[in-house]
Amino acid sequence: MALLNLRADGRTAKPRPSTRSLSPRRHFGAIAFVAPALLIYLAFSIWPAFNTLYYSMLDWDGLNAAEWVGFENYAKVFTEPELFNSILHSLVLVFFFAVLPIGLGLLLAGLLMGSGTRGLSAFRVIYFLPQVIPLVAVGIAWRWLYAENGPLNEFLETIGLGALAAPWLAGTDTALIALGLVGTWGMSGLCMMLFVSGAQKIDSSLYEAAAMDGAGPIRRFVSVTLPGLRGEISIAAVITTIAALSSFDLVYVTTSGGPESATTVPGLLVYRLAFTYERIGHAAALAIVLTVLILIFVSVIRRLTKEKA
Amino acid sequence: MKSSPAVLLARHIVLILFAVAFLIPFVGIVLAALRGDSETGGFQLPHTWTLQNFAIAWEQGRFSDLMLSSVIVGAIVVPSTLVLATLAGYGLAVLRPMGHSAIMTTFVIGLTLPTELVIISLYYNLDSVGFTNNYMGVALAEVALFLPFSVYWMHTHFSGVPRALIESGRIDGASDWRILRELLLPISKAALTTLVVLLSIWAWNQFLLVLVLMQSPTRRTAVAGLGYFVGEYGTDIPLLAAASLIVIAPVVVVYLIFQRSFVAGITQGAIKG
Repeated sequence: MALLNLRADGRTAKPRPSTRSLSPRRHFGAIAFVAPALLIYLAFSIWPAFNTLYYSMLDWDGLNAAEWVGFENYAKVFTEPELFNSILHSLVLVFFFAVLPIGLGLLLAGLLMGSGTRGLSAFRVIYFLPQVIPLVAVGIAWRWLYAENGPLNEFLETIGLGALAAPWLAGTDTALIALGLVGTWGMSGLCMMLFVSGAQKIDSSLYEAAAMDGAGPIRRFVSVTLPGLRGEISIAAVITTIAALSSFDLVYVTTSGGPESATTVPGLLVYRLAFTYERIGHAAALAIVLTVLILIFVSVIRRLTKEKA
Repeated sequence: MKSSPAVLLARHIVLILFAVAFLIPFVGIVLAALRGDSETGGFQLPHTWTLQNFAIAWEQGRFSDLMLSSVIVGAIVVPSTLVLATLAGYGLAVLRPMGHSAIMTTFVIGLTLPTELVIISLYYNLDSVGFTNNYMGVALAEVALFLPFSVYWMHTHFSGVPRALIESGRIDGASDWRILRELLLPISKAALTTLVVLLSIWAWNQFLLVLVLMQSPTRRTAVAGLGYFVGEYGTDIPLLAAASLIVIAPVVVVYLIFQRSFVAGITQGAIKG
């Protein structure tokens, strides 16, 4: 009843809005702020994702009439060696993109434990640099470093290990490892900086208390630094694992999946199956399997790094 | 805790060793790009220094077209994502309409979905409405790809704004729109700058979406063009190195100018695990 709200100056007093119960008009206004972003996201990300799920049940070449085949394409992903191997390769990459960089990051955080930040900001600029550079350019640089007559082999010759020199990216035994190490190079700086800046936020009294109890540097690292970095480790693991499993740019430029399919990854095959071989159903099924794999990894990482009750 | 000089020295040596490891590939391609003779070498200095490779790469790679495409795509993607994410972040964090947490969850799920999941359908859907080989199509796809992080970022920022500030605006009878524009935006400069820096770098570096949605050679972005360039000039190291440096230069410049914002974005954006 607006009449009851009449004030001395003749204007109606505005009811105090509370965030808990919005009036219908305000509620509509609030939705209007969110709607544009939500609509574009739904139309260009969520809808295509569900559409891919639908494609994964079809036998379709992208042109002619599609045929419904249910889960046959999924069976193909797990039985056709080419497709299944790409998943295995991406699991190998998780070691190089995620496990190694996190290990190196923890090593550095441990070494800098309890030290001031002096001079760290200059290093920070360099350490984050690999995160900024387009992976296509990173791939080109490493192709050159790894080349048969490239700097890496030259260096081996110089220090008398010429016998070890090899065309790293062209050998079936070495290509995947060489590719993985590029990922290690790309991800380590990020992990190092995340952990070092995280370690600086740890209350120094915890270290002092541990030292009073007679804990040596290793004990202090395990009992104070590691638990203190739980959040940073969790997020670093999520970022690097997603980068490993969904890698595309780097592989496309450095090896294109070769030699002899030794370095194929799901991303590369999704692209080829869909746009070169016109096997849309297989490409979509592989993309769904990849997504499920990522979701499994992410939830396992979250669970492992959760605060122990 | 005080550390002995020996320990400090050891720490710095380790830091420097890692820094060298991160810089080696860059030093290498700079040297390779400046080499005059066509012999490819390692880290020894070129016999003859030259900038000729940049000119040739620019010509051969048609980098005038490529760079222009990158700028056009970025000029659409960055401001649109910024505006959409700011409105949505404010709506979800401050106004909280019904279903706001479900909507937020939908955006957060997007943080883990790979581009590979959407690329196939995106191509066929956009193709059916004539949006492939079209700046708008690529730009919209990129906006959707960057929205989850951007909305999450702005949501986190607006959640941290003191409630009292918003309440004071409401008591004064200001509309939601005015509270955002006159009270919140002035104190959001740092958060917005960080988002602009991240979006600019991500938009410039995006490869897979452009590779699929932009098949026309004149409309490709610089990074996608570089990907094709490798296929054509795979063995001409000085030329490849020069082309790479042309493509890298803009992001490195933006990064060096705004490195504080970039670092803040990566480290703070990652805080909530």
